[in-house]
Amino acid sequence: MLNTMKTDYSYTPSRLDPMQSQLLRAEVEAFHAEYCAVLDSGNVETWPEFFTDDALYRITARENADLGLPVGLVYAEGRDMMHDRAVAIARTQMFAPRYTLHMVSNVRLIDDSDGVITAEANFLLLQTLVEGPSTVHLAGRYYDNFVRQEGKLLLQERQVIYDTTILANDLVYPV
Amino acid sequence: MYQSQSVLGQTRGSKNKTLADCSWPEAGLDAIPDWVYTSRDVYDREMERIFHGDTWNFVALEAEIPNPGDYKRSFVGDTPVIVSRADDGSLHVFENRCAHRGAEFCRHSQGNTREFVCPYHQWSYDLKGNLQGVPFKRGVNKEGGMPRDFRNEDHGLRKLNVTAYNGVIFASYSDKVEPIEQYLTPEILEDFHVIFPGKPLKILGYYRNELPCNWKMYHENLKDPYHATLLHSFLVVFGLLVAGNKSMMLSDSVHGRHGIMGSAKSDDLYANINPETKKEMRSFHDGLRLRDERFLEFIKEFDSPWSVTMQTIWPNLIVQREMNTLGVRHIIPNGPDSLIMQWTMFGYADDTEEMTRHRLRQGNLMGPSGFLGLEDNEAMKFVQEGVRRSSTDLNVIKLDAGRVGTSSSLISEASIRAMYQYYRSVMGF
Repeated sequence: MLNTMKTDYSYTPSRLDPMQSQLLRAEVEAFHAEYCAVLDSGNVETWPEFFTDDALYRITARENADLGLPVGLVYAEGRDMMHDRAVAIARTQMFAPRYTLHMVSNVRLIDDSDGVITAEANFLLLQTLVEGPSTVHLAGRYYDNFVRQEGKLLLQERQVIYDTTILANDLVYPV
Repeated sequence: MYQSQSVLGQTRGSKNKTLADCSWPEAGLDAIPDWVYTSRDVYDREMERIFHGDTWNFVALEAEIPNPGDYKRSFVGDTPVIVSRADDGSLHVFENRCAHRGAEFCRHSQGNTREFVCPYHQWSYDLKGNLQGVPFKRGVNKEGGMPRDFRNEDHGLRKLNVTAYNGVIFASYSDKVEPIEQYLTPEILEDFHVIFPGKPLKILGYYRNELPCNWKMYHENLKDPYHATLLHSFLVVFGLLVAGNKSMMLSDSVHGRHGIMGSAKSDDLYANINPETKKEMRSFHDGLRLRDERFLEFIKEFDSPWSVTMQTIWPNLIVQREMNTLGVRHIIPNGPDSLIMQWTMFGYADDTEEMTRHRLRQGNLMGPSGFLGLEDNEAMKFVQEGVRRSSTDLNVIKLDAGRVGTSSSLISEASIRAMYQYYRSVMGF
């Protein structure tokens, strides 16, 4: 899987006509909204359902992406690893209670070929700790590959590349 | 947002003591007063006597700057430095402060260059930190310029002593610190050789986070095997560390400032925990099993009885060998209430593709989103908030009472006592 992991995060012009891809755009935007709604409502154990069985999920700093380094703050090969992480967070981990709120914008459809839809979107992750202010916890971009299974879009690869060089303490939930 | 993510990010005045008011409690090594974590004066003395004192401070791995002209920004204590490799292959560490007007001139975290040029007035320095050029040194039209007696060699960057050992680079402000092999002490050196045998490393990437706690807490947390089986239910559930496992908490026998927390995973994938042990652990979750068990596989690649060792190398380095996920953590103190942690994760240059992937998968244990890492970060934040705002002011360090240094029991604070015995001698408390 590593040899197929996305390694180039430079600007890629869209190869799709914006008017002709309106429906697809609506579908991708709806996907983001559902994905974020699941995370922001605290249903972390539902989160793996947005991925294919063999999906790759990585959260990493832009520094690593730029240097071509493979490490992940979170690195999951396959939905089973995501499931294990979700269960660990929901049932075993100790951390202060918090709310998260994802804002996703600038959705870009890059390509739609061979059954794979390549897309990008910017995100802001706001975090609110008990007794604390709401802060911009993470700012970055999703680099996504979607495939369609039984009529539904699923992520085959999601690279969460964040600009927030120095993370405030930790990152508990998936992004 | 730093230090807090909290609205009430205040330290009580009584916790921010002046040095004259810092007297160690009568309980001696069985107690730690809160002011070691909260006093600005204490922090300033630590920078001077510890980080700028007779210590070797981790600054980089050689694998990060393999070629002439390669450099990396780093820190000694909270002082910004640059680590560079000159054309002759030699390593250099100097402060990231222009000798002219003090600008922190190097702004890229790493790169390759022929020279360092301060953007403000374009004073330039070579890869060894020597001043090369001063624009308009002789003025213009015979007016202005530097005085005749200005010599470039008197105005280089502030240079530190540098040493490298099996690919790990350390720097020191001290001219009388012992050689690195001696500094590390025999027990630590032996385990250091396990992870750093001298073969080339492959950098896998970086994590950086701010931890809103005093820098010493990070050392203490890794000299505190008691917490490991209580806080980290993940370790317990999956048998990585259980009270009763073969384990050690070693303090170096020379000063007690360095340590190794080590444990040996049993051959079973999951732990067998006896009922008596289980009832002591509130966080225990019976019957949890992974869907993807590759994550827990331990590939025996080292000649060591320990599957896990966490080295605390005074004053700013943690060497992590958690089964097959390897890394160094660089502690950068950031005032009494905060530290910046820079994690460099690595494997070896001769790793197979599959081994690299295995290290990445197992990397989910560590770092600011790791199953162990994030709990430590949360717990230490809680402690710092507690010691800053409370009216009481003592930490109780009585487990395994009377012992100072290495202990064979996990239910022990003997290593923390050893560290503070040394700390007090350096700090004059």
